[in-house]
Amino acid sequence: MRGGQVSLDRRPVLRGIDLTVRPGEVVAVLGANGSGKSTLVRALLGLVPLSGGSTLLYGTPPTRFRQWWRIGYVPQRLSVGGGVPSTIREVVASGRIARQSRFRLTGQADAAATARALEAVGLADRAGDPVQALSGGQQQRVLIARALAGEPETFVMDEPTAGVDAESQQLLADTLAGLVARGRTVVLVAHELGPLEPLITRAVVLRDGCVCHDGAPPKAVGAHALPGHDHVHPHAPEKPVSPLDWRPTS
Amino acid sequence: MIDLLRYDFMQRALIAALLVGLAAPAIGTFIVQRRLALLGDGIGHVALTGVALGFLTGTAPVLTAVVVSVLGAVAIELVRERGRTGGDVALALLFYGGIAGGVLLISLAPGGSNATLMSYLFGSISSVTVQDVWVIALLAAAVLGVVTVFGRELFVLCQDEEVAKASGLPVRFLSLLIAITAALTVVIAMRVVGLLLVSALMVVPVATGQQLTRGFRSTMLLAMLCGMVATVGGLTSSFYVEVPPGALIVLFALGGFVLALGLGRFVRRSRPQESN
Repeated sequence: MRGGQVSLDRRPVLRGIDLTVRPGEVVAVLGANGSGKSTLVRALLGLVPLSGGSTLLYGTPPTRFRQWWRIGYVPQRLSVGGGVPSTIREVVASGRIARQSRFRLTGQADAAATARALEAVGLADRAGDPVQALSGGQQQRVLIARALAGEPETFVMDEPTAGVDAESQQLLADTLAGLVARGRTVVLVAHELGPLEPLITRAVVLRDGCVCHDGAPPKAVGAHALPGHDHVHPHAPEKPVSPLDWRPTS
Repeated sequence: MIDLLRYDFMQRALIAALLVGLAAPAIGTFIVQRRLALLGDGIGHVALTGVALGFLTGTAPVLTAVVVSVLGAVAIELVRERGRTGGDVALALLFYGGIAGGVLLISLAPGGSNATLMSYLFGSISSVTVQDVWVIALLAAAVLGVVTVFGRELFVLCQDEEVAKASGLPVRFLSLLIAITAALTVVIAMRVVGLLLVSALMVVPVATGQQLTRGFRSTMLLAMLCGMVATVGGLTSSFYVEVPPGALIVLFALGGFVLALGLGRFVRRSRPQESN
């Protein structure tokens, strides 16, 4: 992403963001409430339209991107509309959608991936329960399992630790460690890192819609403890195609 | 029940009722999930304009109703997509426009009056013709086909639109697909329960189903079962007690809901581990 700008209701939320995520990185997007963290990751995926600049997913603009199975998006919270119950398994299995073709039935590979994802987040024994009956932390685990089921290369997680109990946070950290070990790329938005801290390879700190730090993860976490200096990162020659990239228009 | 089937009109009515009872809750499950329970009502009101247009132009009212309600459904969907707020207001505008348009157009039609619209507003299943049955069967097949083929994608869409987008699903196409399928459902249900009660068949069986189930698929299947029991039960009873079948069908559906409400409470109490 280069020169990325996003405005909501004509109010600029992000200004001049340059961000390139390289394969295998574990990037934490940090910042105070309202600094535009969530908007940034959603704009990276093309879920929020840019008012300036451009964003590329594996070298392709989101509107023309066709390999969505390479990306697993974990939204901030489970939105269960209307109250039609859904079982945990149904929600997790729906993570396979980008890998399924319309006229083919759900296959064995789908069922196996769903089972693995349920196992990974420790909800396998509750797969038949409705997601509506779960606590916030457990619902968050369902969302992560949904992304896991799709077996993507890059995970984009919006506040996976917000409002999540300590047990779920540790479980998330273990799950992430497994993904990192297998060379997956992770971009996550966080208010505080908690048990995720040792996994992070790079921190991007936002303040008022601008990147105010990009580099090594800060040791002490918390808005006041963050280094205020600008840290310009020399871009590595782009041999592998970057999973996420924002490019300037002008 | 057997002597019922000796009447041709009753055979046709039963087939129509069965198909509607099956199709309406199927698409209704997705609509309820999307918090668009009133979508069916909105389309129903717009369809009235379509019916009147049929009388005015001398074409089959069912055909014009299909065209106008599909256009109305697309309009509702586009307004919903654009405006971040006011989806309910957009629906309300269509409600009024649809009724006013229908009343205006029918008064312009030769020999037409508000009384002509009554059978469409409240249904007239006993006057269903063979041709009507074919149209209903075709449309019901289309609705069930959409649910079967696109069910998985619609499920993701109805859960979370952003996730659907980030999974590469054609979000706008699927949203329109739901709206158009709902419009087709409204038209087939129009003859059975009437435009004013159409939405009841899309919503009430789903509300009934979810009292007793834990999953999306099971809710849908149970809702379809409830829908069929209500339409067939209401229709047969109306044959014996001489009341309008549309009203009886909806009251049957509501009765089922009340029953499920009590039963659901009982079932949940016997599975206490789930209520955390």
